[in-house]
Amino acid sequence: MRTAITSLAVGTLFGAGLALGGMTDPARVRGFLDLFGNWDPTLAFVMGGAVLVMAIAWRLVPRMAEPLIADEFHVPTKSDLSPRLIGGAALFGIGWGIAGLCPGPGIAALAIEPASAAVFVIALLAGMAAVKIFEGKSA
Amino acid sequence: MTLPGYPEAAPLAGLAGGVLIGLAAALMLLALGRIAGVSGLAAKAVGLGGSGIARSGAWMFVLGLPLGALIVMLASGGLQASFASPVTLAIAGVLVGMGTRLGSGCTSGHGVCGVSRLSTRSIVATVTFMAAGIATVAAMNALGLEVL
Repeated sequence: MRTAITSLAVGTLFGAGLALGGMTDPARVRGFLDLFGNWDPTLAFVMGGAVLVMAIAWRLVPRMAEPLIADEFHVPTKSDLSPRLIGGAALFGIGWGIAGLCPGPGIAALAIEPASAAVFVIALLAGMAAVKIFEGKSA
Repeated sequence: MTLPGYPEAAPLAGLAGGVLIGLAAALMLLALGRIAGVSGLAAKAVGLGGSGIARSGAWMFVLGLPLGALIVMLASGGLQASFASPVTLAIAGVLVGMGTRLGSGCTSGHGVCGVSRLSTRSIVATVTFMAAGIATVAAMNALGLEVL
C-alpha cells in the first residue's frame, strides 16, 4: 500500500515536472533537437535541473542502510557497451526526433491531447511487445 | 524570462520542471530503492518485462504521469502542445518502444537517473539518442518534412 501511494506520488510529481517544463509539447522537444535550425534550449534546463537533484540523491544512498520503505536498493549493475544498447538508443533517438515524444511526455500528454497521445502510447507498447516477441523466439 | 537569441526558450519553467522531475526520481530512489525509468515502468505495468517494483506500483506511477500533467494544465489555465499526425505518431511510437527496450531505458532512466549516477552505459545511451534525435530532425528539415 505504501509502495503504491509512493509510486503514485512519484508519477504525479514526474508528470507535473514534465508539463511545467514544457516537455509535454512535442514542438518544444523537437525545438531542442533542432540544433542546426531554430534551437530551443529549454530541454537542457529541464535535464540540468533533474540531473542536479538526482546527483544529490545518489550521494545520500551510501549513507542509508536501506530505502525508506523498501528492503534494499536496486541499482543497475550492467556495464557493457553492447551493440544492443547503442542500437536501441539510436532507434529511440530517431523515433524521438520524428515526433518529439519520448515515453514520459507521451503518457503524460494523455491528459492534454488524449487522442494523439493515445496513438503514440499504443504504438510505443506495440514496439515494446515486438521486441519481447522477437527475443522470445530467438532465445 | 527569455534567453537572448532564443525567444522561444523558457529556461526558468524548464529548470523548475526539471527540479520536480529530479525530486520525483529522488523519491523513487530513496523511498523505494528503484530507478524512475518511465519505459521500464510502463513495460512492467502492461506485463512486457521491466524489473523490480510490484506491478501495481508500476501502474500507479504510470497513472500519476497524466495526473500530474492535468494538475499543471488546470493550475496554469491550459498548456500549449502541437502533435504530429496519427501516422507519424504511430511510426515514432513503434521506434521509441523498440528502442527503449533494446537500449534498456529512455530519457528518464538513462538521461536523468543514469547520467546523474555517472553510469557509462547511460552516458553513452544519452549521447547516442540525443545525436540520433538531432540528426533525425536535421535530416527531416533538409528533406522538407514538416510534421508539427
